[in-house]
Amino acid sequence: MNVMTETAATAKTIPLSMRGPAPVQAVVGYGFWLFLLSDIIIFSALFAAYAVLSGETNGGPSGAALFDKTHVFYETACLLASSVTCGFATLAAQQRSMLTAFPWMIATLVLGAVFLCLERSEFAHMLATGNGPSRSAFLSAFFTLVGAHGLHVAVGLFWLVIMMLQIATLGLRPMVRRRFFCFALFWHALDIVWIGVFTIVYLGAR
Amino acid sequence: MNYQSNAQGQAPGITEHRRIRRRSYLIGLFYAAILTLASFWVASSDLIYAPGVPILLAVLAIAQMGVHLVFFLHISSAPDQTNNFLALAFGIFIVGLVVFGSMMIMANLNHAMMPMDQLMQMQR
Repeated sequence: MNVMTETAATAKTIPLSMRGPAPVQAVVGYGFWLFLLSDIIIFSALFAAYAVLSGETNGGPSGAALFDKTHVFYETACLLASSVTCGFATLAAQQRSMLTAFPWMIATLVLGAVFLCLERSEFAHMLATGNGPSRSAFLSAFFTLVGAHGLHVAVGLFWLVIMMLQIATLGLRPMVRRRFFCFALFWHALDIVWIGVFTIVYLGAR
Repeated sequence: MNYQSNAQGQAPGITEHRRIRRRSYLIGLFYAAILTLASFWVASSDLIYAPGVPILLAVLAIAQMGVHLVFFLHISSAPDQTNNFLALAFGIFIVGLVVFGSMMIMANLNHAMMPMDQLMQMQR
């Protein structure tokens, strides 16, 4: 305790430029945060395309006729719950507790998979009724935006499986923990993008 | 090692020295669930003045994004998070430029373009 207060006191007196390199954890997290922000900028371009094209139905069905709000509500609930279970898994990893981390990671995996299945059934239904991406500019933009989000979720699930394998084989060593924290950031960011998707695409459908 | 992490900033969501409690996620879940339910209710109810619905939905969505950033990603304006916060601000700025810029330009083009039937007549 005494040592800690001492170092805290010196930290204030040493100028910022002389404090040495930042810890790896902070550098990795910051770099990944920048990647996530640029990923969100890519999504913003898809959102802009959707906002411009959402009225161009070319005589086909509009969003209000196609979308099922209860279906979307279940998808939203799955993704929100998986964000929280992912947070609990992060806490367990921070406390180096593999036994608590694994159930939460499995819960995240299951909820993410349920989300993807729901989205897949929605897409399959739309394709089966002839409302695929080639039907109108509106549907092209819809499938690009929601499909890009779904692809991110699929990649996230793949990443989560790899993290589970790495934690099982390598244990919660600092390297593995850093990777898992990056995954958690990715997963939370996907949930933030989904807020935009369900508000603009599904609830804002006219 | 500890003073370095205090001095050189902290990565978003990664908190080795400052313990994040389980409570943070539960509070976040509570707020996010309320905001989600509210926006689904707003979209499907007839009680709200119809032209105001999109604005209300936008407000609820931005509020929920804020809840996610604070309680799940643990972004704050604390001094050791200046880098994360500035990057986020710049990201929001670019997103705003891309989305509202595209919408404004396309609306302008739509407005300035000759109606399609007149255009076809001129080509004949």
